[in-house]
Amino acid sequence: MERHGHWLIILPPLLFLIVFFLIPFAFALKISFAETAIRVPPYTDVLAITPDKHIQLSLSLSNYKYLLTDEVYAVSYMYSLRTAFFSTLICLLIGYPMAYAMSRSSKATQNILLLIIILPFWTSFLLRVYALEGIIRENGLLNTALLRFGLIDHPLKIMRTTLAVYLGIIYSYLPFMVLPLFATLEKLDNTLLEAAADLGNPPWRAFLDITLPLSMPGVIAGSMLVFIPAIGEFVIPSLLGGPDNLMIGRVLWDEFFNNRDWPVASAVAIAFLVLLVGPIALYQHYNVKGMEL
Amino acid sequence: MSERFSPLLFSILCFGIAVLYIPIVVLIGYSFNASELVNVWGGFSTAWYTELLHNRQILNAAALSLEVGVVASTGAVILGTLAAIALTRYRKFRGRLLLTGMVNAPLVMPEVVTGITQLLLFVSMLQFFGWPHRGFTTIVIAHVAFCTAYVTITVQSRLMSADRSLEEAAMDLGSGPVRAFCEITLPIIAPALAAGWLLSFTLSLDDLVISSFVSGPGASTLPMVIYSKVKLGLSPDVNALASIIICVVGGCVVLAGYFMRRADRRRQLEIQMADR
Repeated sequence: MERHGHWLIILPPLLFLIVFFLIPFAFALKISFAETAIRVPPYTDVLAITPDKHIQLSLSLSNYKYLLTDEVYAVSYMYSLRTAFFSTLICLLIGYPMAYAMSRSSKATQNILLLIIILPFWTSFLLRVYALEGIIRENGLLNTALLRFGLIDHPLKIMRTTLAVYLGIIYSYLPFMVLPLFATLEKLDNTLLEAAADLGNPPWRAFLDITLPLSMPGVIAGSMLVFIPAIGEFVIPSLLGGPDNLMIGRVLWDEFFNNRDWPVASAVAIAFLVLLVGPIALYQHYNVKGMEL
Repeated sequence: MSERFSPLLFSILCFGIAVLYIPIVVLIGYSFNASELVNVWGGFSTAWYTELLHNRQILNAAALSLEVGVVASTGAVILGTLAAIALTRYRKFRGRLLLTGMVNAPLVMPEVVTGITQLLLFVSMLQFFGWPHRGFTTIVIAHVAFCTAYVTITVQSRLMSADRSLEEAAMDLGSGPVRAFCEITLPIIAPALAAGWLLSFTLSLDDLVISSFVSGPGASTLPMVIYSKVKLGLSPDVNALASIIICVVGGCVVLAGYFMRRADRRRQLEIQMADR
């Protein structure tokens, strides 16, 4: 009993996650080889037992061929990568000075600022995107204010454009960038900066030579936390973006809910996993290992 | 140490915080707008709030979301705590790498991918076993799966910093491992369990994508109703609903943070007293 007692602790979460998190990918892989059919569930059997008791395996590669021939998929894949990359970069450019300013302020102020940054992270993602719509829509606060002050003659068209998608991602993911940056900047050894100043280095020199390199782990962690979810983002391009803003998450959603093509949607999911999530997970795995050494 | 920082740095910080908060403040402001037109201020009114109370669709969705949230986060806290104990206490066991992977994967997995794969599992399970029917059960299972990851990470960091010697001392003095765990370790990691539960609850309450995939006809959670309302066009009652959710969740988080810090401080004080 004593020797096997630990399995009572390990097995429940292990089994639950295997059944409800890992095995689903096997089903998605299986159904990505099926074909659409008008029945419930809406796809053909991949594995079937024929009347004469033989197991029949019918794999169809047509979904994957379709992904390669219809250029929507390649375009949306590249578009997601590009959007995620540039929004991560902008988040970094805004988030770094914010985190830096936070790390330079007194302990008491730090705690309050930290709470202010964390609070939006807890509030509903969907509702924050909806709240942003209230600012940037044609008769929203931004246009009303700009018109009132005579800065523009016609309301700016931001909603349903690429700009709206960028604004949405930056607005939603900024706290994810600031928090890890702050965590590394706060731990930074101030004596190094003082030494650099004593040796006659101007502050910008000390920043480039000391602060920036030492904060790289925070930069990488923050960028990952923004880049990864931004690639698969569905809510933002769907609510703020126009018909051209086809990100891969939205394509998958439309394939599933509007076209009711479950096999193609599964193939998109598997391709997404192999091309994007897999490499990122591997990169992170080895990156963490490298840092431990 | 506190240092003066440049006005430029300070203004970027203020700008960033303003960007984070202005949309929410404006949303709450509009929710008290008597006018149905979103860009016209028609005077102060709480009409949209009373209207919410009569909207059966929203009330049902809110009830379902709360129920799912409570059940799913409780399940996630149990499984996540077990996983955290397994990963910190048992250095070597078969499946350790697998468990580590599955605990971290939901953090990088796009929701659309998780959603569709889980739906395909549920559909196949229903074909073979006649269970589960899509709706409450499937949403809860899906939510437990991704919330477990967040609970595990929260509890794991707390367990790693917890002093194992106290538990060992209790066992040396003759308590069984279960009793030693319940009386010594559990109170130490309790704030992490509370934080994990709260985090799971807000994540579950907020989830649109995974719920949309795994839910069946007739079972709509609050985010699903809000999404379809927003997609169809602006409806002022969504402003009122959103304001309530934001204020309740925000208030809970601030209160929870306050109580957890107080509990932590009291604990520190007790340790100091005991050391003396």
